Amino acid sequence: MTLTTSPAAKPRIDWTRPVLWLFAAVLMLLILLPLSWLAVYAFTDKNRHLTLQNFVTLFSNPDFLDPLLTTAIIAVTSAVICCAIAAPIGWLVSRTDMPGRQIIRALVTASFVTPPFLGAIAWELLAAPNSGLLNQLYRLFAGEDADALFNIYSLTGIIFVISCYTFPFVFVLVANALDTMPGELEDASAILGGNAWTTARRITIPLALPALVAGALIAFLQAMTLFGSPAILALPAGFHTMTTKIWSLFQYPPKLELAAAAAMPLLLLTIPLLQGQKFLLGRRGYSVIGGKYGAPRRVELKGWRLIALGFCLLVLLNPVFLPYLALLNAAFSPNATTLVTPSTLTLHNIVFVFTELSSTQLALKNTVILGTATATIGTILALVIAYVTTRRAIAGHRMLGFLATAPVAVPGIVLGVGLFLSYTRPPFVLYGTLWILLLAFLTINLPSAYQQLQAAFATIHPELEEASRILGATRLQALRQITAPLLRTGVIATWCFIFIGVMRELSAAIVLFTSQTKVLSVLIYDLNEGGDLAAIAVLGIAMLVITFAVVLAVNQIPMSGDNAGAKLRNG
Amino acid sequence: MRKQISRRDVLKSSAALALDAVFASPVRAAAPEPTAITPDLVAAATKEGKLVFYSSMDLPVGEKLGKAFETAYPGITVQIERSGSERLFQRVAQEYGSNIHAADVINSADASHFIPWKKSGWLMPFVPEDVAKYFPDSYRDPDGMAVTTRLWLSSIAYNTNLVKAEDAPKSFADLLDPKWAGKMVKGHPAYSGTIMTTTFQLVRELGWPYLEKLSKQRVMQVQSSTDPPKKLSLGERAVMADGNEYGIVLLKEAGQPVEPVYPTEGTPTISGPTGIFAGAPHPNAAKLFQAWLHTRETQQFFVDFTGQYSVHAQVQPKAGRRKLSDIKLMKEDPAGVEAMTEEIKTRYARLFRV
Repeated sequence: MTLTTSPAAKPRIDWTRPVLWLFAAVLMLLILLPLSWLAVYAFTDKNRHLTLQNFVTLFSNPDFLDPLLTTAIIAVTSAVICCAIAAPIGWLVSRTDMPGRQIIRALVTASFVTPPFLGAIAWELLAAPNSGLLNQLYRLFAGEDADALFNIYSLTGIIFVISCYTFPFVFVLVANALDTMPGELEDASAILGGNAWTTARRITIPLALPALVAGALIAFLQAMTLFGSPAILALPAGFHTMTTKIWSLFQYPPKLELAAAAAMPLLLLTIPLLQGQKFLLGRRGYSVIGGKYGAPRRVELKGWRLIALGFCLLVLLNPVFLPYLALLNAAFSPNATTLVTPSTLTLHNIVFVFTELSSTQLALKNTVILGTATATIGTILALVIAYVTTRRAIAGHRMLGFLATAPVAVPGIVLGVGLFLSYTRPPFVLYGTLWILLLAFLTINLPSAYQQLQAAFATIHPELEEASRILGATRLQALRQITAPLLRTGVIATWCFIFIGVMRELSAAIVLFTSQTKVLSVLIYDLNEGGDLAAIAVLGIAMLVITFAVVLAVNQIPMSGDNAGAKLRNG
Repeated sequence: MRKQISRRDVLKSSAALALDAVFASPVRAAAPEPTAITPDLVAAATKEGKLVFYSSMDLPVGEKLGKAFETAYPGITVQIERSGSERLFQRVAQEYGSNIHAADVINSADASHFIPWKKSGWLMPFVPEDVAKYFPDSYRDPDGMAVTTRLWLSSIAYNTNLVKAEDAPKSFADLLDPKWAGKMVKGHPAYSGTIMTTTFQLVRELGWPYLEKLSKQRVMQVQSSTDPPKKLSLGERAVMADGNEYGIVLLKEAGQPVEPVYPTEGTPTISGPTGIFAGAPHPNAAKLFQAWLHTRETQQFFVDFTGQYSVHAQVQPKAGRRKLSDIKLMKEDPAGVEAMTEEIKTRYARLFRV
């Protein structure tokens, strides 16, 4: 183990505390301001007189109760499906000798990068009951009058699409946890006579459990608050989810009080969920990086190697291969759901999007600016909060942790209203600028960024930092020289997480954009409203290319202490 | 230099088509002096260099219009914000409520929107020369706040691959036949101004029971009136219960398997006025655009290219297209739409459950 800190570091004023307090204050403002305005609107009438009428309206009206039930079904089912899919793939990729593990990781990233609304549109191209490509294919065999094989405009259709683009959240958490798990524990189990199943049950699963539970929670909350996929599919399917219902409350004249009230049950539901997670995980120590440890050992699959790969590829057909083939086809075809042939191939759609569509450039520019800025600021913020809560650096760290996680329960669209209410009046008049979108994206992405970095911190035992401080380093030096290199992977992953989150985000943007602050997701939503599927396909593919380019570029950035990290790892 | 238009001027125009009173006669009209496109105006507009146009026109159509303007006046870029008119109305309210004046010019598919906008003083009076000379008074606001740029229809249509001509529905009543259950697509009045106007006219002519029965036919619901023609041409549904007739006409001319049907009860008719916002960030570009948009050349280009109709007296219908006078039209009534908007949104949402 190599420690670069010289033991002779001079004692200096420790600025850590004031800096931490500053971050805490920023976080409080960021989260509490919009939430407070929501609360005010939920409990008052148009004249801001105290009332419970909004809740009475909400809970006595089937127009609201039906979407609530639909949303509950979608959230639970999607979370279960996501875990059932993500856990085995995560394990195969991280802990076995399955071939093509890097490719599978890249493909999961591709499905994560795909915005849920884009995935939903692609699946319309594939599985609309009559024009969908898969149904056309099916009718070639089953006869022209056969009923549709798939109907994407249905509850199952929506659950399917949501799961396709939510399971990567679970996968990332599970795979990261398994990646950083030391092999010694499993070895010890094997040496002590435990067979593969015993080792899995007693060692691997318990160690991966926190990540899986956190993943299930995130998947549940994501599916509950997701607007993108339902926004595309729910209207043709003929029902509302909570988020599309709330969106319909913005139709003129906007019923902001009801929208705010509708968010309250979702917000209240989060508290027990987060407490439950804590209860499940709280009593065990999960510090798995503490000084020396060995590289994880891979399970030999032997004859099952190709079957495992086949399983992964089959699963990934749904979020990646099929949708992107459909989008590619639509981009080059004169008719979005007719298979393109060399003779019908056209560049017209591409020419239209990049030369005629007047919002393309503005939306591209805004999206890239917002993605980069949000990711950078968000990572720093999440890093500091995660540090504070895992190391209990200041009083009230629990509160900070809760605040950083709270936005996860607020549907983006409602958060959009909260931000709208907060930042259209003095002292912060931000509506109409990119700043309000920056704040929205920051708030929305903070929970997952924080969860991820907190998980990363939790696996690094403070003994390393403590050693450094005993040797004379200040808290900041210890952080820079010990913790930062160890966190490199986590930090880069979080940055990418947020950047992708911005690309995926539609729900708050749709409330907060103006013509000069339009982003790609809103542009695609508007195009979908008018049924311009070919233009969407071109923009969607462009979006994926940009995201991948940025993610790859960021992963190439060398970070300070890289070598130290490598040395530490290799012991 | 404000010219008083006499009451007689306003009244003498009631002959135009079946559509009376898109703009109600005011107690006192005070439209500004008509303005021609002068080099000064062009220079001032070019200096601003940009124009933001809120519009509900089908996007390829709207962008084509924007490109035509950019070609006519190099140095001015047009940004088109396309969205359903009801969404645009909400956005304008949200933006103006926060003192954000992003839009220069707006063309709405719901003529009733101009009533509250005018009342709130959000519109800038401006009368292009062509409008004063060639547009019937019933299609322009007497105070010069807006003028009807385009007329179009919301018709029935069917996919010719999926429905034989003799089996196709002939009337709105035919759509209630159980054989069309699960086979229709339509737009939504809370998003689309065209569909809002259409729904109002259908309710007036056929009553809510018609829509109640239609809602039991498992109709595929989309947002904009520009979408049903596209879903029809993809073959996703066999029959379009409402949506832009011009979309169908253009798709048919492009060789797609779609055919419009002009229902025996009459075809809902929509007029789309254009106005300039008083708070326009590029007021000269806005004026130039408004003047250019209503010249004979632009209106002719628009009619030919977009399959819609113009009320400009000198514009000729394109050969081979059906004339408006050959179609039985439903009457427009923007004031009626304004009064009924909330009821339509609420009852429609209850019936169609979205």
